[in-house]
Amino acid sequence: MSYEPTEYGFETLAIHAGAAPDPTTGARSTPIFQTTSYVFDDVDHAASLFNLQTFGYLYSRLTNPTVSVLEERVASLEGGRGAVACASGHAAQLLAFFTLLQPGDEFVASRNLYGGSITQFGHSFERFGWTCHFVDPTDPENVRAALTPKCKAIFIENLANPGGIVVDIEAMAAVADEAEIPLICDNTLASPYLCRPFEWGADIVIHSMTKFLGGHGNSMGGVVVESGRFDWARNDKFPALTAPTESYHGLVFYETFGDFGFTMKARAEGLRDLGPALSPFNAFMILTGIETLGLRMERHVANAQRVAEFLEDHPKVAWVSYAGLKSSPFHDLAKKYLPKGPGSVFTFGVKGGFEAGVALVESVDLISHLANIGDTRSLIIHPASTTHRQLTEEQLVAAGAGPDVVRLSIGLESVDDICRDLDQALRNT
Amino acid sequence: MTDHDSYSDAYIKDILKRVRTIAVVGASANWNRPSYFAMKYLQKKGYRVIPVNPREAGGRILGETVYAGLRDIPDKVDMVDCFRPSAAIPAIAEDAVAIGADVLWMQLGIRNDEAARFAERAGLTVVMDRCPKIEYGRLFGELGWSGIATGVISSKRKKKVRP
Repeated sequence: MSYEPTEYGFETLAIHAGAAPDPTTGARSTPIFQTTSYVFDDVDHAASLFNLQTFGYLYSRLTNPTVSVLEERVASLEGGRGAVACASGHAAQLLAFFTLLQPGDEFVASRNLYGGSITQFGHSFERFGWTCHFVDPTDPENVRAALTPKCKAIFIENLANPGGIVVDIEAMAAVADEAEIPLICDNTLASPYLCRPFEWGADIVIHSMTKFLGGHGNSMGGVVVESGRFDWARNDKFPALTAPTESYHGLVFYETFGDFGFTMKARAEGLRDLGPALSPFNAFMILTGIETLGLRMERHVANAQRVAEFLEDHPKVAWVSYAGLKSSPFHDLAKKYLPKGPGSVFTFGVKGGFEAGVALVESVDLISHLANIGDTRSLIIHPASTTHRQLTEEQLVAAGAGPDVVRLSIGLESVDDICRDLDQALRNT
Repeated sequence: MTDHDSYSDAYIKDILKRVRTIAVVGASANWNRPSYFAMKYLQKKGYRVIPVNPREAGGRILGETVYAGLRDIPDKVDMVDCFRPSAAIPAIAEDAVAIGADVLWMQLGIRNDEAARFAERAGLTVVMDRCPKIEYGRLFGELGWSGIATGVISSKRKKKVRP
């Protein structure tokens, strides 16, 4: 009997992909290998591992038996070829760009990103000699117009943070393909249960696993997933993959590892030399979270839809930006790319501006005022006074984080309790 | 003729379980070339690999004598693994048939449907555009160690399968 990967459903992969009973003990759930290093059979085995000539564990900065189960699990859920897990979503972004870019290179990114990404791309990346051009992603032509010959990637959040914006992945992929560069999608807000960007032409997917994949607000983690379908040799833009790598004695990663050459390079050079390895314990926690991803996402979007409808009718609310609402300009794109629901993170405008936003987040009793999303708990934040406060007024508005904007991440509590808490807090503004 | 656009796991697994001696055409003596990686890995898994490369004929790679061509190999060869461009495959396929090999395998990126049909008509099993090292790692539980999706799910303990 043959077992083809496509025969398994999402929920099966979420529980089983990458994992198998421990060969020695028979332990059924994935053990936490809280281990740093692994014995060599002999000197030749050590040489084979250091040279990447064989598969195996060497040092947990590169690979760890618990972390690798998580990597294969996420790669499988996204329909990708391989994945590299790391310490955070920010580390994942750094690994992806470190593998693609040389000093002096550029890339185009959506301006509708998590505020921390705008800061990372716009400021810290400059110190690597990388330049990011930010554009309004609602029209893919903006991206095409911003591309320069030095651009090596296009980066979007396909479901954007802080809220409500759905990017036309297929149209973006067409622009990237024409420019012969990869499309990178941050799929954190959707999770692979709601959207799989590779099915629409994306080449690399990134997650902050801290959010819905882990899902319980207890463990940081990031991951870079490769589709395996981008031809790195179609031009000379990606010497890191197609030219000999000095630190591996001239190894050519794309030639040697084929459709998972990017993943090998991101690990062997990026993780090795930048160092943001994921802790095995965090990998275990995130793996446990992923087992219930489908169930949780179903309830997240059902609750979010109810709360969004409740807010849209509330007298203290000026507007609600949730792509699940018919009033959203992104409603049609959401139906196409997120048919099971457009996530559970969205924004709304509170009447009374900045002060009302501050009063609201300080008045909630059940919902937690903190800087995170994708938790079982419902979360609230006023981006202008917190996550996005490093941005200028102009950037705030451009990023969808103006003074009256409040962001919600709807959790898994009884939805009536979430609405009641918002109602009492809004009455305090 | 086998569907060469996708192979079942069972098809590949059966080949890797039944072959013992693999002639590697286009074997490089350079330790950092893909063919050397594959040979070294397969040798460690218990296969006998016999390098074939006219430029290295008479020398030794990984402890094995290098032959100029498949027909020069004095021992029985079960599988011929090709690290050569597609255009070079028909001649290799003829040699593979002549020496009584059981499997003709073309590496990642290499495909020649005409040569495949010829070999299959002669009774050989053919694989194209795959790497036996990667497939061995994928099917017997090692590829996932590098975070690569294997497509393999099992509720049984993983066992090392050595030929």
